[in-house]
Amino acid sequence: MNKKDKSSVTFNLNGAPRTVFSSQIRRFSDVLREDLGLKGTKVGCDAGDCGACTILINGEQRYACLTATGQLDGCDVTTVEGLSKNGELTSLQHSFWAEGAAQCGICTPGMLMAAQSLLNQVPHPSEDQVLDALSGVLCRCTGYSKIIKAVINSTQKPTPISYPEVGNAVGSRMVKVDGYEKLTGEEIFAADKAPENSLWLRAIRSPHARARFSLKNPEKAMNKYSGLVKVLTAEDVPGNNGFGIYPHIKDQPVLAQDNVRFRGEAIAALIGDRESVESVTEEDLNLTWQPFEAVRGLESAIAANLDPVQSGFPDNTLSRGFVKKCEVEKGFSESHKIVEGIWTTSAIEHGYIEPEAGFANRIGDNIEIFVCTQTPYMDQSEVAQVLGIDKNQVRIIPSAVGGGFGGKLDISVHPLIAVAAWVLNHPVRCVYTRPESLASTTKRHPVRIRAKAGCSKDGKLTAFEFHGDFNTGAYASWGPTVADRVPIHCTGPYFVPNMLSETRALFTNESPSGAFRGFGTPQAAIAHEALMDTLAEKICMDPLEFRIKNALRKGDRTNTGQLLENSVGQTDCLESLKSRWVKWRKSAEEYNKKSAVIKRGVGSGSVWYGCGNTSMSNPSTIQVGISKKGKVTLYNGAMDIGQGANTVMVQICADALGIPASQFDIVMGDTNLTADAGKTSASRQTFVSGKASQLAGERLRAKIIHLAEVSDKASIHIEGEKLTAKDETGEHLIILSDIIPHENGDVLTGEGTFDPPTTPLDENGQGSPYATYGFGAQIAEVEVDTSLGTTKVLRIAAAHDVGKIINPTQVEGQIHGGIAQGLGLALMEEYIQEVSENLHDYLMPTVGDMPSIEVILIEDSEPLGPYGAKGIGEHALIPTAPAIIGGIKHATGIVINHLPATPDRVFSAIQKAGHKNTNS
Amino acid sequence: MMRNYYRPENLNDGLVALSENSWTMLAGGTDFYPARVGKHIKEKVLDLTGIKELRSIKETKDQIYIGALTTWTDIFKANLPEAFEGLRKASKTIGGVQTQNAGTICGNVCNASPAADSIPNLLALEAKVQLMSVKETRILPLEKFILGNRKIARKDNELVTGLIIPFPSKEARGNFEKLGSRAFLVISIAMVGVVVDFNESREIENLNVAVGSCSAVSKRLYLLEEEAIGQKLQDIEIKPLHLENLEPINDIRGTAAYRIAVISELVLRAIKGV
Repeated sequence: MNKKDKSSVTFNLNGAPRTVFSSQIRRFSDVLREDLGLKGTKVGCDAGDCGACTILINGEQRYACLTATGQLDGCDVTTVEGLSKNGELTSLQHSFWAEGAAQCGICTPGMLMAAQSLLNQVPHPSEDQVLDALSGVLCRCTGYSKIIKAVINSTQKPTPISYPEVGNAVGSRMVKVDGYEKLTGEEIFAADKAPENSLWLRAIRSPHARARFSLKNPEKAMNKYSGLVKVLTAEDVPGNNGFGIYPHIKDQPVLAQDNVRFRGEAIAALIGDRESVESVTEEDLNLTWQPFEAVRGLESAIAANLDPVQSGFPDNTLSRGFVKKCEVEKGFSESHKIVEGIWTTSAIEHGYIEPEAGFANRIGDNIEIFVCTQTPYMDQSEVAQVLGIDKNQVRIIPSAVGGGFGGKLDISVHPLIAVAAWVLNHPVRCVYTRPESLASTTKRHPVRIRAKAGCSKDGKLTAFEFHGDFNTGAYASWGPTVADRVPIHCTGPYFVPNMLSETRALFTNESPSGAFRGFGTPQAAIAHEALMDTLAEKICMDPLEFRIKNALRKGDRTNTGQLLENSVGQTDCLESLKSRWVKWRKSAEEYNKKSAVIKRGVGSGSVWYGCGNTSMSNPSTIQVGISKKGKVTLYNGAMDIGQGANTVMVQICADALGIPASQFDIVMGDTNLTADAGKTSASRQTFVSGKASQLAGERLRAKIIHLAEVSDKASIHIEGEKLTAKDETGEHLIILSDIIPHENGDVLTGEGTFDPPTTPLDENGQGSPYATYGFGAQIAEVEVDTSLGTTKVLRIAAAHDVGKIINPTQVEGQIHGGIAQGLGLALMEEYIQEVSENLHDYLMPTVGDMPSIEVILIEDSEPLGPYGAKGIGEHALIPTAPAIIGGIKHATGIVINHLPATPDRVFSAIQKAGHKNTNS
Repeated sequence: MMRNYYRPENLNDGLVALSENSWTMLAGGTDFYPARVGKHIKEKVLDLTGIKELRSIKETKDQIYIGALTTWTDIFKANLPEAFEGLRKASKTIGGVQTQNAGTICGNVCNASPAADSIPNLLALEAKVQLMSVKETRILPLEKFILGNRKIARKDNELVTGLIIPFPSKEARGNFEKLGSRAFLVISIAMVGVVVDFNESREIENLNVAVGSCSAVSKRLYLLEEEAIGQKLQDIEIKPLHLENLEPINDIRGTAAYRIAVISELVLRAIKGV
């Protein structure tokens, strides 16, 4: 930056005059964060698409990322840091906390500022006014419902934030233990922290899907830009220049060597001061490309006419999955009706509002990485092998995570900043831009599914066959997991006597597909639920009755032959929706009699989904300790990515230990400070880590009981260094400071480990892949404008069997958020390389797209889970799209086979059907 | 002194700067910054937001003048004649409130995107564009100002200072229909701006209708406009011939065939909904 371009700008910031000396064209969001240290204003896109940077300028809500600093001269600016005074939350912040309106918290500052601008003008706003005010802020976690409610409720007398009493934490609506920081802007996300002297890293990425490149004399660029310190290339990677989820498949290079396999692949990294790394062009680098014809789409991958995407896989097939139960041909031959179809879906972006970011710092022979992640321990091993060092030399310090949904199970910035910091022996930071995040990170697998189902005259399923091809993109990532998980679940939660399922994960020159909330089962659910609807129709049975008739029950054997002994709430879920189903269907049909163009319809979807890894050991260890000063700390390795693991683990441990939840401090995910609690994936944390948390609490309690020589029923009180255990024999005092402390300063500790019991699958996919399954069903009423092809979802009722509700607010939050993502999958989300590399062309649901949602919770206790609980994270999303697509069919008679059901696709299907089959 | 950023405080200073150098214009920033994500900004930027006199709406007997820095929120809050209802509706569909608070109507015009929501409404209102340089003031009909996809008739030394709209008749009514894939923050698949004027027997005396996102530049449907004169609103019919000058393309938001198929419905709704 030339000095002459800088000048001073003076404005009022949160009530006090401030002057900054800066380039006036800089985005004000950048000046706030980097110059003024106010990190509460978040940056999610730098393009006015996400709203995370919303601030007030002269009382009006504005995007700080679209505001030139020079424009602030003389203005009055309020950021999230200016809301609360002296640590007192405003009624709006308070209401957000109480309602559970902040999940990951990355959109929360923007939401608060947008809402505050409305409340300043309209003290008691209507819901429509709230929707309008929040229209410019995206949230990917909450489904918006609780945010809307929080804004409306904030104008009423606030209910005080209270923590549950001893023994009552589980099942309570305890507020998030990390909620306060998320509401004040104090929470530290991945882009919010880095050593002052950090160098910046910017990756150079391929604009081509498949190409050979040559990077000659990058030193030339270094001569041109004095602030450019290093141009990293593949040669600089000290260890293995490859990473990947599976220990035996490290197929994705940190920096590509000579060839690239997808648009967005990193080939080099510029390290230096920020201005320099952002200024360097391809010409500066003498970078030349020789593009080749790319393998695009599943058909091209299967045809294998071009050179294979990866040379070791001549037919482009990465992996296959297979499950076979009894005799599928025989089953079909004995069927009364058989229906079949083909379904395809598009690539889908996770759309967390926090782009990937972090910094790495080498300390002697060790390296520390501060980063957003869902899986710190896997990151640790990955970075170690890329650097060629022992994993004990790597410390992963997770930031607060601004949404994950599976996308932050893969590494992103980690190996780049690790290599740079290692080679240069200097701290290096990187923040992905939104286009870079979209182009370079994983997507939900696009699929092509061919499926067939048969039933008897009385409506019992007889046979089911499923063939699924999954486009796994250029690198393996979680492709094998998807290929394994889908065949197990592909029938839906129904008892099928004969079934066969095979899947393939195929390489293409497209974005790597990875883990995304449901690992391929949301795509499969579209097929199995459409088949259920069509079979019911064929035998003139109500679609919901058909589902109830075939639902899995206790005592049934699953597709893999696993006997379901406990916690199978599928029929309860379906039954609980029945009265609404009948009423909604009838009211839609009545409506349609009077409406020629706008048609309403109601559809349903069901889900079952195994909690935990498939047929693999996936243990979690949780630790709890009491210091000599009486501080109780939960060492929680179960990453909270917004879903609320921190809170759930505390609730469970508090009741197991027998002290109030409010007494807990928490340490999250740091590989030096917490034990390995596995990945935040596969809906496993509440079930697996929750059980470990319970065991940790029980073990610590047992130690105290033993030490104090009191009975099992004793109550425990900790006040400073005095721990009192009280039972019918009286009070027994333990002076904590008298006990010799462990290395971390704790004097009493408890540790729990739980590994859910599973068995391997045999060559027919038979076995017990999961220790437990979550079940659920949703119904959706939609409204289709048949003249334009647009669809609006009016209302959804969602019934889910969660075993035991640990925290109703958080379970509802998971369901609302899952529904929002399911709605996006059904109606609007479609990632197209090069075209939708921003959040105005990649459309996710806004606050105005959400239906009203009613949540019905079923508790069919799971004996293995903590207090009977199992997972819900992924289950919530899976039935939504099938219910919406079923609703469109009920409304219009049209069958949607390719998702998303965008207006042009719906319209074209209506045209083809010629308006014949509407339900009136 | 060569500076890369200049924020003049009055129109004259701005025009002088333009006469001396070539600048990239900045107003609300809602198009400027999204086009520069992750890039170090080095170009010479003339920030217009300091020219307070350009943020105003003035009415005279014959015309309404909308200053170049008038924001979408200003339009929404202004007490404009009923013929502006389409423009007013559009002001609530452009981005979120944050964009509406910062984005200017002239910025939307000058960006000249085929999907600019202002343009069909302004075409229907028969808006003219005022351009000023130190030497002269030019007034161009909007149709002559927008030359193509992101191409405008502004010369390097000129500033678009405002829009001039003939004062509509008391009876004139406006409307806007926008088709998109989600509720908010949506770029139009297609949109229609309409201004209808009636005679004493509620027959159409004059119809202006313009369609956006269905060609490189929004287009008036002149044939339909001519045929509509003398008809009642509810009798209006759209024939394929009326839409012949539209040239939609396939893009991420919809196919060309879809656009053509739904546009007549959208036009009908816009006209009948005034």
